[in-house]
Amino acid sequence: MSQTTAPSRRKLPKLSINLRQYGILAALVVIIILFQILTQGRLLLPGNVNNLIQQNAYVIILAIGMVIVIIAGHIDLSVGSVVALVGAVAAISMQTWGLPWWVAIILSLATGAAVGAWQGFWVAFVGIPAFIVTLAGMLIFRGLTLVLLTGGTIAGLPREFTAVGAGWLPPAFGELGGRDLLTLAIGAAASVGFVVQQLRARAALRRLELPREVGGSFIARMVIVVVAIMALSWALAGYSGMPIILIILAGLILLYTFVLNQTVFGRHVYAMGGNLFAAQMSGVKTRWVNFFIFVNMGLLAGLAGVVSTARAGGAVAGAGQNFELDAIAAVFIGGAAVQGGVGTVVGAVVGGLVMGVLNMGLSILSVDAAWQMAIKGLVLLLAVAFDVFNKRRGGSR
Amino acid sequence: MSNVILRMVDISKDFSGVKALDGVSMEVERGKVHAICGENGAGKSTLMKVLSGVYPAGSFDGSIEFEGEPVAFRSINDSEHLGIVIIHQELALSPYLSVAENIFLGNEIQNRGRIDWNRTNREAQLLLARVGLDENPATKILELGVGKQQLVEIAKALSKRVKLLILDEPTAALNDEDSSHLLGLIEQLRSQGITCIIISHKLKEILRIADTVTILRDGKTIETLDSHSPDTTERRIIRAMVGRDLNNMFPPREPHIGEEMFRVENWTVHHPVDVGRTVVDDASFSVRAGEIVGFAGLMGAGRTELAMSIFGRSYGTDISGTAYKNGRQVNLRTVDEAIKNGLAYATEDRKRYGLNLIGDITVNVSAAALSRLTKLGVIDRNREYKVADSYRHKMNIKAPTVASITGKLSGGNQQKVVLSKWIFSGPDILILDEPTRGIDVGAKYEIYGIINELAAQGKAVIVISSELPEIIGLADRIYTISEGRITGEVAREDATQETLMHYMTAGRN
Ligand SMILES: Nc1ncnc2c1ncn2[C@@H]1O[C@H](COP(=O)(O)OP(=O)(O)OP(=O)(O)O)[C@@H](O)[C@H]1O
Ligand SMILES: [Mg+2]
Repeated sequence: MSQTTAPSRRKLPKLSINLRQYGILAALVVIIILFQILTQGRLLLPGNVNNLIQQNAYVIILAIGMVIVIIAGHIDLSVGSVVALVGAVAAISMQTWGLPWWVAIILSLATGAAVGAWQGFWVAFVGIPAFIVTLAGMLIFRGLTLVLLTGGTIAGLPREFTAVGAGWLPPAFGELGGRDLLTLAIGAAASVGFVVQQLRARAALRRLELPREVGGSFIARMVIVVVAIMALSWALAGYSGMPIILIILAGLILLYTFVLNQTVFGRHVYAMGGNLFAAQMSGVKTRWVNFFIFVNMGLLAGLAGVVSTARAGGAVAGAGQNFELDAIAAVFIGGAAVQGGVGTVVGAVVGGLVMGVLNMGLSILSVDAAWQMAIKGLVLLLAVAFDVFNKRRGGSR
Repeated sequence: MSNVILRMVDISKDFSGVKALDGVSMEVERGKVHAICGENGAGKSTLMKVLSGVYPAGSFDGSIEFEGEPVAFRSINDSEHLGIVIIHQELALSPYLSVAENIFLGNEIQNRGRIDWNRTNREAQLLLARVGLDENPATKILELGVGKQQLVEIAKALSKRVKLLILDEPTAALNDEDSSHLLGLIEQLRSQGITCIIISHKLKEILRIADTVTILRDGKTIETLDSHSPDTTERRIIRAMVGRDLNNMFPPREPHIGEEMFRVENWTVHHPVDVGRTVVDDASFSVRAGEIVGFAGLMGAGRTELAMSIFGRSYGTDISGTAYKNGRQVNLRTVDEAIKNGLAYATEDRKRYGLNLIGDITVNVSAAALSRLTKLGVIDRNREYKVADSYRHKMNIKAPTVASITGKLSGGNQQKVVLSKWIFSGPDILILDEPTRGIDVGAKYEIYGIINELAAQGKAVIVISSELPEIIGLADRIYTISEGRITGEVAREDATQETLMHYMTAGRN
């Protein structure tokens, strides 16, 4: 019967796609092991794992917005300045206007979204290339930040606010052998959730007689992910518990993976990046999609502004310097294409982690900041070169 | 010296598990025109890419001998060095550069590191004269039509002292006039001793111009025929291509024509850039349910512009006129509105307007009708896959799975993806712009069958085609268009090539 031959033929393309995704992950693992050796085991000390997450949350948040921008064929150079502006707004609204911390957060996010709407308007409805609009934005919003802060610094923000970037969930379940039980419980719940979700998706494929991943690879992938989640929560449980920001990050990753893979908006983003004209001729409202891409980027830049201001404990005019470059680098390390149409949230997050591990590892080794910059640049170049090489080989085999 | 200029032996090539070529052998004689025929996806383009070094030696199996010497090209430069030049199915000229610049692109005439513009232009002029193109070498490519661009490609090949010229479907996008000029030019080159390999789905022109025909099917050589022999007929070639006899070009059909479904009145469109120019001038027409209406016209007559301007104003500025569906006036201001009103437009330019080439078959098939697969903005991916897979079977799209990237499909199979996409959008009024461009004879028959079936379901179908036999064979009624105006309306019974041609050239000087 034809059914017996069909699945084995169908497996091929699926697998090769997965291998490319794993390629980025493998690079991350190699870098982690490398630094683990170079730092004589200090990289993965619980405290450092915790800092890795808290210090680099902003890259991951920005990279999630940026990957959507880049898939659609645009770029956003302004996010660093937006982070600084939002930080200033947050600090002023609490310190000068005396607003409560949660109002300040809402106001910050709204500022980010408004900035995004402004840029989205110029890109989508006036038709100015995003490179120009956001280059202008980079200057405009940095300038506004300087005006708002008049060159100074606003520090001494309330504890509830700084907790977003530098705080932990309270140890609700107590401790066992020096490990926070809540953190372990969350890790276990995440693992179970992941496994259940994967099994259900696989069951749906079986029911509909759609091609599935080979059993061995499926099980191996689940084991690896569960081990990684549990190892991470074990380490965090031994330090101060579950960072609040990690919960936010996990939520964002799930949400945006869903948006890009399962929703019409996500599909339209890919379609526009793949062929803008064809998308228009298929009835995609390209202007509105572009507009919302930038509103979303602004919103996430606002969140990154809140997170990094909270982590720093205050607002400075020079905040967010080069953040746009970190985010863009993370997206490209994560396998997105410069011409648009290709990229994933998970890839961008892994790219962000690569940047984060580099930052962390090099700091532990007390490598000079100037050298850190040069090394990060080199890693970006090599990562993309590797990807290009991979694709070329795949194409002409 | 041997008479054989090229010998390819036992060539095999696969793309990650898909065998595109499976032991193909072929010999080409010097100074002859050698045609290659075969269904979509038979491996014709791939074979030529192997020959010209697009796929470098080592990425395929088998051996190639050129002028008696074994050759192993690492790149297209290597093959051009020996005088093998390929003109691809999709033209590769740079639109913003001039004709002369394009001809010498990568081969610039230099004088101590500086480009010698005087010589460049003078030599370009000479080459243009050889291909019979009367244009200023300083003209930008984007100002030329496809027919002339094709000639520029040949001039470019001549500048490289070509010995073996490969043309991949050179006339697919040309009208009859330009095609016959091009074929004449190929004959002329043959008399100058240049060998040609030509790929085409137009069997008439192959029989006219080729000396030998090689037929490929499923990546294998089926046979090589002498096209001057009386046994070599279209029918004979078709049998070798599809593996069975094809008695009729058009499947039988009994039209059931109902009420008027769609009507356009006084439609006028101006050029988007040159706004003073009228591209469509006061056009009025109608289509009934179950009816197939043909739009005949020469290249540049304004048929595509008329269709695209109706389809959500995707072409032109300053558009006036009214459209009625089932007697009620409808607004078609955006593509989205047009689709919601039951219109579909399958473009003639699939690379530019039709497909997301880096996307897989699934996302392309669903692109125009995602709303049919979504609930609250969330796509049912499993159902989407099933839909795409059903079209892969129904339309006979040659691809291992619907997860195959559309850009890697053969030209004809890409066309089937475009058609699938618009059929899946479930339209009432379907406008098909050159639906069989680049499609093999067997698949044409299938597509005509699909068009008939759509009409039988009570849809109104408009077919734009430059092939008059196709329009005459398909349509119940034909409008002719010339210089943006509808110049005639001919019923099926009265339609002959001569009458249509008469109206199609009406008002031209
Ligand atoms: N880069 C590629 N990657 C994967 N598969 C490919 C690639 N190029 C071609 N193929 C496959 O190889 C087969 C032969 O394709 P080819 O383009 O040679 O067909 P063709 O005979 O020129 O068809 P057409 O008449 O439609 O142009 C097809 O099944 C096609 O999908
Ligand atoms: Mg081809």
